[in-house]
Amino acid sequence: MTAQARFPSPYDLKSPPGSEGWQDFYPYFTLFLDELKPVDEKRFWFCDAQHWPTPFRPFDTIMVEYACKCLGQYNTRHLMVPPANGIDYRIHNGYLYMSPIAVAADKIAARVPQFLERAGFYFQNWSSLLEKWHVKVRKIIDDLEALKFEPLPDVVPLQWILEGRGLDNTYELIENYDRAIQLCYKAWQHHFEFLNLGYAAYLDFFGFCKEQFPDIPDQAIARMVQGVDVDLFRPDDELKKLARLAVETSVDEALMNGSVDQALAAAASRPNGKNWIDAWNAAKYPWFNFTSGNGFYSADKYWIEHLDIPLSYVRNYISQVRKGMKIERPTAEVAAERERITKEYAELLPKDARPVFEQKLGLARTVFPYVENHNFYIEHWSLGVFWRKMRELSRLFMSAGFWSDPEGLFYLNRNEVREALFDYCSAWAVGVDAVGPRYWPQRVEQRKKIMAALATQKPQPALNEPPDVVTEPFTIMLWGITTDRINSWLKGTGTNSKQLTGMAASPGTVEGLARVIRSADELDQIKDGEILVTPVTAPSWAPVFSKISATVTDIGGMMSHAAIVCREYGLPAVTATGSASSVIKTGQRLRVDGSKGEVTILS
Amino acid sequence: MREEVARYIVHFEDASKDDHPRLGGKCAGLATLIAAGAAVPTGFAVTVQAYADMLATHGLHNEIAKRTDQISTDDVAGQAAVAEEIRDLITARPMPTDVSAAIRAGYQDLGARAGRDVPVAVRSSGTAEDLPEASFAGQGDTYLWTVGVDAVISRVRDCWASLFTARAIAYRAKQGLGQLDLLMAVGVQQMVDASAAGVAMSLDPSNGDRSKIVIESTWGLGEPLVSGQITPDYFVIDKVLLVPVKRTIVPKLQELVADHQARKTVTRDVDEARQNVPSLTENQLRAVARAVKAVEKAIGVPQDIEWAIDTQRQEDEGVVLLQSRPETVWSNKKTEATGARTYATGIEGVLSTLLSPLASREKRNSNNLEGGHHDSTSTFPKSL
Repeated sequence: MTAQARFPSPYDLKSPPGSEGWQDFYPYFTLFLDELKPVDEKRFWFCDAQHWPTPFRPFDTIMVEYACKCLGQYNTRHLMVPPANGIDYRIHNGYLYMSPIAVAADKIAARVPQFLERAGFYFQNWSSLLEKWHVKVRKIIDDLEALKFEPLPDVVPLQWILEGRGLDNTYELIENYDRAIQLCYKAWQHHFEFLNLGYAAYLDFFGFCKEQFPDIPDQAIARMVQGVDVDLFRPDDELKKLARLAVETSVDEALMNGSVDQALAAAASRPNGKNWIDAWNAAKYPWFNFTSGNGFYSADKYWIEHLDIPLSYVRNYISQVRKGMKIERPTAEVAAERERITKEYAELLPKDARPVFEQKLGLARTVFPYVENHNFYIEHWSLGVFWRKMRELSRLFMSAGFWSDPEGLFYLNRNEVREALFDYCSAWAVGVDAVGPRYWPQRVEQRKKIMAALATQKPQPALNEPPDVVTEPFTIMLWGITTDRINSWLKGTGTNSKQLTGMAASPGTVEGLARVIRSADELDQIKDGEILVTPVTAPSWAPVFSKISATVTDIGGMMSHAAIVCREYGLPAVTATGSASSVIKTGQRLRVDGSKGEVTILS
Repeated sequence: MREEVARYIVHFEDASKDDHPRLGGKCAGLATLIAAGAAVPTGFAVTVQAYADMLATHGLHNEIAKRTDQISTDDVAGQAAVAEEIRDLITARPMPTDVSAAIRAGYQDLGARAGRDVPVAVRSSGTAEDLPEASFAGQGDTYLWTVGVDAVISRVRDCWASLFTARAIAYRAKQGLGQLDLLMAVGVQQMVDASAAGVAMSLDPSNGDRSKIVIESTWGLGEPLVSGQITPDYFVIDKVLLVPVKRTIVPKLQELVADHQARKTVTRDVDEARQNVPSLTENQLRAVARAVKAVEKAIGVPQDIEWAIDTQRQEDEGVVLLQSRPETVWSNKKTEATGARTYATGIEGVLSTLLSPLASREKRNSNNLEGGHHDSTSTFPKSL
């Protein structure tokens, strides 16, 4: 790599006009501080636009901090992964940049016995530990659900006086806030309890396959490991079942028009309506704890709070069922294909390598369901409840005059929220007006403007000088960041804007019209047969996958959520193109070759 | 008469396993291909018996032995002169009438199927050349675009004579093979009017990876590619998913095509528009790979295959197979490599994966189709 082939330094990058002061949103230790310049400018940082594709509001930084911190703790402190510590992180102009931390060469050997003992225990007891994990996570969810954020009463309840409690309502209110934050923290710790190990076992099988079969397509390995019955797809499956039930019991017509309330009322009045409504309500919990985003943003919409989202998908499925289309996932075909592929590769191995293949594949298949399913339990369900509770708190503040927008709270960071909460409680106790209503409204408005200004600028794909080669296993696997990828970023897209290359994430070739989607809110624009072009998809966009014919993303590895879902749905996908969503315009005719990783703009 | 015909010729599709020793390596390979379900241009083998009877009829054994015994290994010019003398012994003598009658019958049979005098390829099919342990490269001649029964008969005799090039004689001497122990059958096979042709291997010859099919391809007939005169397009296909994982498209300036009027093949310039276009479409590429995969599966060992896209054929994207031989290089190497490497499994495996630098596997996520090391000429050992 030549000396000038480098990405800009964060210290030279200008903030977009109108975004001045964004640094106040984020904790001091996440910024490229002047004091850190000599060190931070020498490090290579890549942008994690896969998980945080748009600038995040001050409160949402909680997810960045907890995700990065908890990923690190397992490598560095729990499992003692010999060569890899965590991934350091910085926030710049509203985007997240990451830098993996390697263990010093002379410290690696000492960690090996610890790793073998600790990680070995998890691998050996995977199923029983995972059962415990489910219990722990369900407890987090239940505890979060139990939290209440209600306005303070005029007077402490008489009962509390009579029982000599000696505490007021603010105590529990503040405690509930602290508990919510701690429960979120706990959810993130458990998020990574199995994840790093899951990826490591997958990588082991992956590396073995690459060694035995150089140039084996990554998707071939993924398809051997990927599960067929995955909880992450249950929400979408539930909607399909509801659509089919509606058609079979002639409730479908009643559901097709009007608001959610109107449609549900119309359905209920049908002869078989109650049966369908019961099924709808049964599906809600837990499967509607599901977001069209990725759970990392306070703006992510969860089905359970926006029933119009699942209903619109049900309507779409109903019209497909009426046309005689098969809406169910081709699970039998996917499973059969998985077995065919596995058998054929196994037969191509030398005899002595076959037991090794079987063993590594077995381990990968044991651990991989977690990699796929944790998303539902953490990002969708746990974090969904967390965000819902925080919205409840935001509305409490709104009713107390702190801001006029139900989303106001998310423009404060979590420590400012705690301060504001104490302001509210303190003023209540003292018997004066809180200061917040005079302090926060204009600041919230100002911060909204800063957020809007930050959003006008795309992130740099990376910062500073890249390493000669990328060797960090998690970087490659989760983010799809390879030496080749970095080089293609450095080259830019100018050479051939009619042809984009990325990762061949899911096989097949189709031609069709592009639909460029920048956020989950735009998903309803997608028409049947279009090719979805987007910076990054979330697996929860599942219901649109029955409409589209292919997916093209800017970002994402072979095991990115988008790649997994596309393979599951049998759709061609090209990920990690770097720039498809800005190069391609809605309405252009594309050819997507998911086997080769090529996207061609035909017209 | 029928019996005489059966003694000297065997149509490929009629050949049983018991016939194989009579057919020579190449023709036995074609019969095996047909038995494996592959589409193969029609044709027949002139059996080794025909060659043996030719020598016997004219008492050539002694004549040849006399000459080969006197060859000195040091005298290169002398070798060439003796070799030429021996070849003249064969080509100057008439074929036994029963043999020529059988060839005539076989050729007319091909013509009857096509309704005209068909152009054929006349190919040597030696009994030792395709033994897996001795890749007898360069042995025996091939004559393309032969039309008319007299020409065919003459070419069959030329093929017999081609056993006695200086190089082949020297090779046999070096290997300790008797100069007259090897027999020669000859294949007579309908020419394919190929839009593209080439070779394929059911493993990657650069590293022995059995999960790959490597295909080399050029416009027109495959002969210039097979004989190493041109640089072909190069594709690596994953055998299980049947998707391309590497490709190198080269400028293809010339192609060998059939000149139907002149009853021969001609080399002509490729028009500019096609020079840099892949000589196989994606569908054709997959069809070739499918055919190669099927043949390997039926035969049970890695194969080295010649194929063509027959413009007259609708099925399977026009793919026909012209020849298949067991791959020798890696098939022999495999035994010594086996067992040399042990793999850690379980947590130890995970550990070694985390510890081993992934830089050496850096290509893995790129699916880099344009990249990939590729020599400027064919990566295959040359047959023929």
